[in-house]
Amino acid sequence: MALHLEDGVDESIRKHGVETYPNECCGALYGRDGVVSATFALPNTTEEGPRRRFLVRPQDYREAEARAGALGAELLGFYHSHPDHPARPSQYDLDHAWPFFSYIIVSVRAGVPEDMTSWRLLEDRSAFDQEDLTHG
Amino acid sequence: MANKIHIPTPLRPFTDKQDAVEVNGATVGELLTDLTTRHSGLRKHLYTDDGRLRNFVNVYLNDEDIRYLQREQTPVKAGDTLSIVPSVAGGAPTAVDTAPALSAEEIKRYSRHLILPEIGMEGQRKLKASSVLCIGAGGLGSPAAMYLAAAGIGRIGIVDFDVVDFSNLQRQLLHGTPDVGRSKLASAKDKINALNPHVQVDTYEVALSSENALDLFAPYDVILDGTDNFPTRYLVNDACVLSGKPNAYGSIFRFEGQASVFATKGGPCYRCLYPEPPPPGLVPSCAEGGVLGVLPGIIGVIQATEAMKVILGIGEPLVGRFLIYDALNMKFRELRLRRDPECPVCGDNPTVTKLIDYEQFCGMRPEPAVAPIAGGGGTDWEITVQELKKKLDAGETPFILDVREPNEYQINRIAGSVLIPLGELPRRYQELPKDREIVSQCKMGGRSAKAMDFLKSVGFTNVKNLKGGILEWVDKIDPSQPKY
Repeated sequence: MALHLEDGVDESIRKHGVETYPNECCGALYGRDGVVSATFALPNTTEEGPRRRFLVRPQDYREAEARAGALGAELLGFYHSHPDHPARPSQYDLDHAWPFFSYIIVSVRAGVPEDMTSWRLLEDRSAFDQEDLTHG
Repeated sequence: MANKIHIPTPLRPFTDKQDAVEVNGATVGELLTDLTTRHSGLRKHLYTDDGRLRNFVNVYLNDEDIRYLQREQTPVKAGDTLSIVPSVAGGAPTAVDTAPALSAEEIKRYSRHLILPEIGMEGQRKLKASSVLCIGAGGLGSPAAMYLAAAGIGRIGIVDFDVVDFSNLQRQLLHGTPDVGRSKLASAKDKINALNPHVQVDTYEVALSSENALDLFAPYDVILDGTDNFPTRYLVNDACVLSGKPNAYGSIFRFEGQASVFATKGGPCYRCLYPEPPPPGLVPSCAEGGVLGVLPGIIGVIQATEAMKVILGIGEPLVGRFLIYDALNMKFRELRLRRDPECPVCGDNPTVTKLIDYEQFCGMRPEPAVAPIAGGGGTDWEITVQELKKKLDAGETPFILDVREPNEYQINRIAGSVLIPLGELPRRYQELPKDREIVSQCKMGGRSAKAMDFLKSVGFTNVKNLKGGILEWVDKIDPSQPKY
């Protein structure tokens, strides 16, 4: 499995992670056939402390899905940041994951974006499978 | 009768790419069952292993979340449309993710928590991963620490430097009769370990101070203020605000208790309510004024409740609310509190940005700088019990004014003393002789100092305060009398 990021996608995710640091950012990924062509930043509405959590509410999800139609693209997944933590999915990420979506995680340390990884839920929900990220 | 279910993007691979599916049933639950029967791959993504809808799966009947209807029992009629809408959630690892799982013994121990949907396994692991620092192992700290330990808080710190005294046993349930004379920390640790050996108990045998408070608070999630004096109360408040730790606050006096949660993000702090401490001596301590033994049981357990709610993120914590409990009338009242933008600690432009000298802030009398005089260490406004005894033995007749309450006077007294409670002094001071030396005395020296100040303000010049009060007198001069 691989996910390809078109020009500008990588930068926009990193930029969003820096803007919301020390809190987590989140947003939607759009594209087609394993190629992300656009992102859309979403409000982090968690009430559990945005430093360690993100939440996209149902109404925001609905809009995110509707936007896919307007863009003539598919909703491919979501990205979020891990402030001062590695770009690896947590148990919480796993517990809340949806199948077939790509989950991009960017690690932001002391306000500086570092690693970026992408993950997909295994069909039996037991773990994530890391997918290769390609650029350009 | 067929109804339509809208399928979100990530589930469409299970429905042959269709974004809507026709299903049959009379209730939301039946429609979902029909859906997962037709497309069985959906089941494990919509339902947990024990058959409940996953909490990040939202189901809407037309435009209404079924949680606000009758959930899966909600009836459907022809033309109704169902939508499955994801909540997308995630986040960095937290202490809970790395907390060890619960052992079989712990699962049994906490089973009454685990079956509460608001706590469950995740909440219990959160409690286990959490830590609370109790300031004081006395009246409030006792019930709070015991219930927090029983509830499965993983780590409980206790700051205290006192020794168990008989007068503690009427309310401080961490300590028993065989513990009298032991350090409160040792006795607290034994009690908590016996209650729940899974709890890590950290003990700090120090007086909380501006020098050590921030370091002591750092490893803990919530601070529980069980202090009995104003300097420490302001110190705890300011240290909580500066370190961003919630303060589960409580205080007790006679038959009345107070509780609140201070220093949460955006919430008020103790200084928003009381910017300045009361003048020293105006508010007597429990040792001076007494306290109903069961009262700290109520207030300390309220503090423990709030600490747990803050940790679990459930319910409505006592933030912005000041709870006042009146045991005699059995009434709870609530005052609304707001963060004061002008607050010197948590306001928009704070002037207190590091911990200060709280004894001085609360106007406590500084230690006299003069060298102690031979025979006892008195000053010109103070007299020691040894000096008083010497005067009496030498045949002098100072007027000994006891400003305690009549019920205290019944327990012990200095022979020849005259009782005028502090509260009655303003209308009875004419009863005092102007031509004799007056020695003002109470239980420990606080109220009598106030009485002395008052007498000086109305023209008495020859007044001294008995240092250490009747307790010192019993200790050093007359051990035959009881103490309280």
